[in-house]
Amino acid sequence: MLKIGEKTFESRLLLGTGKYTDATVQQEAIDASASQILTFAVRRLDIFDKQQANFLESLDLTKYDLLPNTAGAKTAEEAVRLAKLARASGMCDMVKVEVIGCDKTLLPDPIETLRASEELLKEGFIVLPYTSDDVVLARRLEELGCHAIMPAASPIGSGQGILNPLHLQFIIEQTTVPVIVDAGIGSPTDVAYAMELGADGVLLNSAVAHAKDPVKMAHAMRLAVEAGRLGYEAGRIEKKQYAVASSPTSGLIR
Amino acid sequence: MNITINGNDHTIEQIETIEDMLTQLGLGEKLVIVEQNRQIIDRTAYGQTVVRDNDTFEIVHFVGGG
Repeated sequence: MLKIGEKTFESRLLLGTGKYTDATVQQEAIDASASQILTFAVRRLDIFDKQQANFLESLDLTKYDLLPNTAGAKTAEEAVRLAKLARASGMCDMVKVEVIGCDKTLLPDPIETLRASEELLKEGFIVLPYTSDDVVLARRLEELGCHAIMPAASPIGSGQGILNPLHLQFIIEQTTVPVIVDAGIGSPTDVAYAMELGADGVLLNSAVAHAKDPVKMAHAMRLAVEAGRLGYEAGRIEKKQYAVASSPTSGLIR
Repeated sequence: MNITINGNDHTIEQIETIEDMLTQLGLGEKLVIVEQNRQIIDRTAYGQTVVRDNDTFEIVHFVGGG
């Protein structure tokens, strides 16, 4: 079970709701993923185009725990404002703190992320910061009281998978709050790898939404999370340089 | 009266409250969050919160995101 704040979740897969081109496909992908936590963003409503497609409106949001992000924020103040707007919906008290510090890499600004997290914790939010894979920053965020740490595997939407497993492992081993690998996941291999490293969960969006068959990929990601987690719990064998026979070496026919 | 919504100037008449404003904008049924002069307004207070000349509003909603 994944425990964030006071809430527990059967599913360790968190799913983003961006980039889908079809509402039905999105709903089916969410179902296939068995995700219980969905992320979304807060944006200005175009009051002149009320018919604009908004797939979130076709989802029954009461069935999920909602994790609004502060995407679009470049400062702690902007992130706090977005988080408060999201909470004013009365539908969520969790927030993914996302303060981007570089437009090209979309890597987070560590200082603004820390400041925003501190303020939102004071305001009583359940705070899940999106961070780089820096163990020192992760520990500082944990010390503040953050409820989970969400390090990037690689740049957002890049699908490059886990580029620095060592750094993720440092964070997993040196923090006690849940570690959710967020961003950069491309395939079920990446997901299983993250979970085998000991991650408590994985958050992904593009890898499903942009797959040729999002529904099938959502199912694959669910299985990969489960397989990786089971593998982690089961404990993998040591790597050895040379072969070790699996069949008996005695009783051979002559 | 003249108000600003999401950065654009609007002239709007025959409204008293935020609820009236949202209804007139055709947003009565939508899940929207309103900020009036940088103050977030509780959704349960839309019917009692008065709109005044020169008020500035942000009207936001949830969209897909990761």
